[in-house]
Amino acid sequence: MKLKGIRVPHRKNTADSVPQRLPLPETVVIPMSMHIGKPAVPTVKIGDRVTVGQLIGSSDGFISAPVYSSVSGKVKKLDEITMSGGMKSTAVVIETDGQQEICESVKPPIVTDFESFVNAVKESGVVGLGGAGFPTFVKLGVKDLSAIDAVVINAAECEPYITSDTRTMLDKAEYISKGIDLLQKFLGVKSIIIGIENNKKACIDKMTELANSKNGVEVKVLPSVYPQGGEKVLVYNTMGRMIPKGGLPLDVGAIVINCTTLSAIAEYIETGMPLVEKCITVDGSAVKEPKNIIAPIGTPIEKLFDFCGGFKSEPKKVLYGGPMMGIAVPSLDSPVLKMTNAVIAFNEKDARPPKTTACINCGECANHCPLRLDPREISKAYKLDLCEDLKKICADLCMECGCCAYVCPAKRQIVQTNKLAKAKLNKYLREQKTEKEDKK
Amino acid sequence: MNKLISSVSPHISSKRTTQKVMLDVIIALLPAGVASVIIFGARALLVIGVCVAVCVVSEWVFEKICKKENTIPDLSAVVTGILLAYNLPVSIPLWQAAFGSLFAIVVVKQLFGGIGQNFANPAITARVVMLTAFSGTMTTWTFADATSTATPLALMFKGELNSLPSYSDMLLGLHGGSLGETCIIALLAGGIYLIVRRVITWHTPVAFIGTVLVMSLIFDKAPLYQLMSGGLVIGAFFMATDYATTPSTKWGKVIFGIGCGLITILIRFWGTSPEGVSYSILLMNIFTPYISRLTRSKPLVGGDRK
Repeated sequence: MKLKGIRVPHRKNTADSVPQRLPLPETVVIPMSMHIGKPAVPTVKIGDRVTVGQLIGSSDGFISAPVYSSVSGKVKKLDEITMSGGMKSTAVVIETDGQQEICESVKPPIVTDFESFVNAVKESGVVGLGGAGFPTFVKLGVKDLSAIDAVVINAAECEPYITSDTRTMLDKAEYISKGIDLLQKFLGVKSIIIGIENNKKACIDKMTELANSKNGVEVKVLPSVYPQGGEKVLVYNTMGRMIPKGGLPLDVGAIVINCTTLSAIAEYIETGMPLVEKCITVDGSAVKEPKNIIAPIGTPIEKLFDFCGGFKSEPKKVLYGGPMMGIAVPSLDSPVLKMTNAVIAFNEKDARPPKTTACINCGECANHCPLRLDPREISKAYKLDLCEDLKKICADLCMECGCCAYVCPAKRQIVQTNKLAKAKLNKYLREQKTEKEDKK
Repeated sequence: MNKLISSVSPHISSKRTTQKVMLDVIIALLPAGVASVIIFGARALLVIGVCVAVCVVSEWVFEKICKKENTIPDLSAVVTGILLAYNLPVSIPLWQAAFGSLFAIVVVKQLFGGIGQNFANPAITARVVMLTAFSGTMTTWTFADATSTATPLALMFKGELNSLPSYSDMLLGLHGGSLGETCIIALLAGGIYLIVRRVITWHTPVAFIGTVLVMSLIFDKAPLYQLMSGGLVIGAFFMATDYATTPSTKWGKVIFGIGCGLITILIRFWGTSPEGVSYSILLMNIFTPYISRLTRSKPLVGGDRK
């Protein structure tokens, strides 16, 4: 059985653009919430001098991640900023001093066994850099290591425009290699699969070379069909196993880790420098010279565009991430986050959502859903408040990849409806659960 | 600082729009239109023009009165007009053609909620209503030179097999029939265009035509004539593939096509009317929701734990 998907334009304009380092911005804004889970708690106060790699936010609770300063300078204020999802987050605003003095705490961690390895991953501040931002140490902190059959390294990079994973593979192959060694050594994984879409020839060559030099590592070349890099799709296409609804890759014996995430972990363990900078693809129809840029976390994205020669036309929509699943940002002041792999700016023409017309019942949405959902049924059940139906047709299975909305000839906002339907269903399921508990 | 647009992902979409889909259908119908003018004369153009004009105007007026959004630009009303015209004899009185068009758009399409919402094919339903209401004019077949003729199906029905047109005349459409249904070559060209453009898939036409072929072989009823007459080709490619009124799953389309084929055969071989394609599609339209439910894909919930 083949999973459905869509052919999207690749637009990998920046694949050959070797990342350039951004001149140090005057200020950086580092949010405490750059991951799924509880926000970090600021450990600095206004007026403190901080250095590169210094802890400025400590991890709070089990699912959380520490935050480090990406610059040396002075803490100007602790601000409350609105994140792109509409959520508020405390952010540490630091005025840079241009010294980029490195914190004395930055030294390679001592990693001797599984426990110290997972702890090092936690200290590195690394979260899922493919875009999800799930704290990586939680994912790797597997209780029963024998449950892992394979680690799948996600190097599909199926979103249009984005080439930052491509650059990791080409420029930081030695860290991916070291990362693989770490996984084999401390997690005892027998099989490591690197999944790459077939539109990245240079990466496939480089990774194949790397795989051949090791035991138990294989490169799986995947067709360029979006959403190849979606966790469920990737595990299915590399291992032939479907992650159960509501489950984790571990339920089918897999751990999925993005290639840049793995490289960042290896880099921390090698150098002791936590995650403080990112390679970001800057592209889109409004950008003058698209390129890859290495920038400190917290850099206002406006600086990235400035470094690309500014805009050739007025930007009307700016995204964190790619055009299929990226999030529209409220303003150009928005900072570079840990999981920011691209910023895309669209001109007026590309920014306006096309006019929505009536559903003509062509069924294209259902015919392209990788998980075989029928958005028409979800929409109907949602509008009629039929929560039992939403449950039966598995509305909560939707991963919001957007294939349905992409192919819809009526340009309906299907992902929006699916999100609302999922929220309604989840609320219903919660209520059902409490009702059951009350009866007990 | 200019204001940035905020919207839900995805932020790009395919080039296909409803309007482009309908435009493809119109393009696919063009060859048959040209053929109809050559075979039946300029009046064919007049009938097509009246049907399209009345469909478009009645949709516009209805939406104006009901304060609904104007859907003329999606071109679906134009498609309905052309399809209805293709299903009428060239000699149809224009007021009857206008009545049929009005009925198709207002009663069959708009009263059920407009594009995508109707459960029966507007053009076919209107034709069936007209066949009942205007049974005389709806079954009078004339050529451009005003000579009258009978349809091949009527000839077969009466057992006059010797007066059937030749195979080449059948392919070219040089025989009596509704103005857009006779020229098989033109219709096939249009149908293949729709498949190549991915507007329709092969499932319905192949299942529909295949069933008619197999059944007429089994019952030895001049299989090739069965295939090339009585609106089978236009029905299988253009009307049994209507999005709103037919299943959208692969197997649903196959079942729909086979169902249409069987009902067509039932009517043609044992009914009191020589023609059965319109009725078969209309009847199968009613089954569409059930076929869709029966054949819908199961969500991939996983659970195939190692």
